[in-house]
Amino acid sequence: MSLDAFITETTIEGDDDGPLAGRTVAVKDNISTEGVRTTCGSAMLEEYVPPYDATVVERLKAAGASVVGKTNMDEFGMGTTTETSAFGPTKNPVDESRVPGGSSGGSAAAVAAGEADFALGSDTGGSIRCPAAFCGVVGIKPTYGLVSRYGLVAYANSLEQIGPLAPTVEGAAEVLEVIAGPDECDATTREEGADAAYADAADGDVEGLTVGVPTELIEGADERVVETFEDALAGLEAQGAETHEVSLPSVERAVQAYYVIAMSEASSNLARFDGVRYGPKTETEGNWNEAFAQVREAGFGDEVKRRVLLGTYALSAGYHDKYYAKAQDARAWLKRDFDEALSEADVLASPTMPVLPFELGESLDDPLQMYLADANTVPVNLANLPAISVPAGEADGLPVGLQLIGGAFDERTLVRAASAVEA
Amino acid sequence: MSETPVDPDEVRHVADLARIDLDEDEVDRFTVQFADILSYFDALDDVPEVEAEADLVNVMREDEVREGLTQEEALRNAPESEDGYFKGPSVS
Repeated sequence: MSLDAFITETTIEGDDDGPLAGRTVAVKDNISTEGVRTTCGSAMLEEYVPPYDATVVERLKAAGASVVGKTNMDEFGMGTTTETSAFGPTKNPVDESRVPGGSSGGSAAAVAAGEADFALGSDTGGSIRCPAAFCGVVGIKPTYGLVSRYGLVAYANSLEQIGPLAPTVEGAAEVLEVIAGPDECDATTREEGADAAYADAADGDVEGLTVGVPTELIEGADERVVETFEDALAGLEAQGAETHEVSLPSVERAVQAYYVIAMSEASSNLARFDGVRYGPKTETEGNWNEAFAQVREAGFGDEVKRRVLLGTYALSAGYHDKYYAKAQDARAWLKRDFDEALSEADVLASPTMPVLPFELGESLDDPLQMYLADANTVPVNLANLPAISVPAGEADGLPVGLQLIGGAFDERTLVRAASAVEA
Repeated sequence: MSETPVDPDEVRHVADLARIDLDEDEVDRFTVQFADILSYFDALDDVPEVEAEADLVNVMREDEVREGLTQEEALRNAPESEDGYFKGPSVS
């Protein structure tokens, strides 16, 4: 594969019948597949073969879908470009000199290039929506608790959700319909939204729909992105939607809050990678702690080390109140702001990414600049809300995504509105 | 500038807590990057206190014996095992 969308190509046959029979799915390589290695894009798990399937994989197989491969990703889901994989970067099929976005870049690239009918990604701070926007496909980040995370290799449990990527809104909604619903193996799943018919909602009927546009998510975005976004919004208005400006002052602190919380959870989650139960064998001498530190130095890439160390710092004595506790306050503030904005609008709309796809290598040396690119997507994860990225058009020949954010478990409204953007 | 300047010793200390060996190049690089990133995080100082809704509930399932991984499956990914156990470095 010239795009390096897959880390492992495979064939896992689905059942003979079911709503997805005869269709192919690419699965992000942090979602467990029984008997097929699941690397998380990390040298630490290069040879790891899970003994069980993630719940979402079981559900896709039972619905008739066949898995065609495990897709490339930023190591452990930490990145915005799919360049931090230990297996090398993925290229954007629209323009191979550019990144596909991250961290589910392999999944988005596989779908955009027609190498799978649809794909699964995971979204901790925009990791489905960003690559969907950069590759010109549709991606849904479900409400927290709608889709089981059992079998997803955890990075930041309170933020992440598995969701679909597909060429069309209806296609993504079909997959969501199959994977949504409670799971006794994941106590954070909920009953709400379990039996909803998401694909049916892709009818493009937005007559009377109210769309709030948060001014803070437009300011600072690339002019070409804003222009394409506004044209798409005008298209929605022409179909009967009403738009108005809303203000979400708390989003100005979302990126800081997101990274403090995500890094803190990462430092805790990734403590399990000690090279004893799984992981690389290293010729080390010394006691447990020394051997542990050596295997983690060898197995983790730069971005993973950076986040684990900063998370350890943010949780350490003396800094907990300054960073972690304030980040939790910011999270509560965001939830309140979103509740108010969504009490006056059915959905909120913004550009998915404030920038066009980066050139390969462009953002690697300046992690802070890369974190800032997540400004429009991370507030949604902090508020546990659903969002969809749908292609809004092109600027300079590159895809621009429009993000719609809805109330909790109101994916049907998002699917309806997004299908009108496609029209 | 951050109120909590980061120096190389602090990076080494945190790396020790996180059980990650760093080489000297990494210590130097992370020291510079952490100063930038932590200085950016200082903006959280002006976040107002907001009462979070306490709508969390414990979700428990029945404590029933059920089939789990076999010993062979549990050990399959281990780089080293002995007599049905994981083999690790000495703890002392």
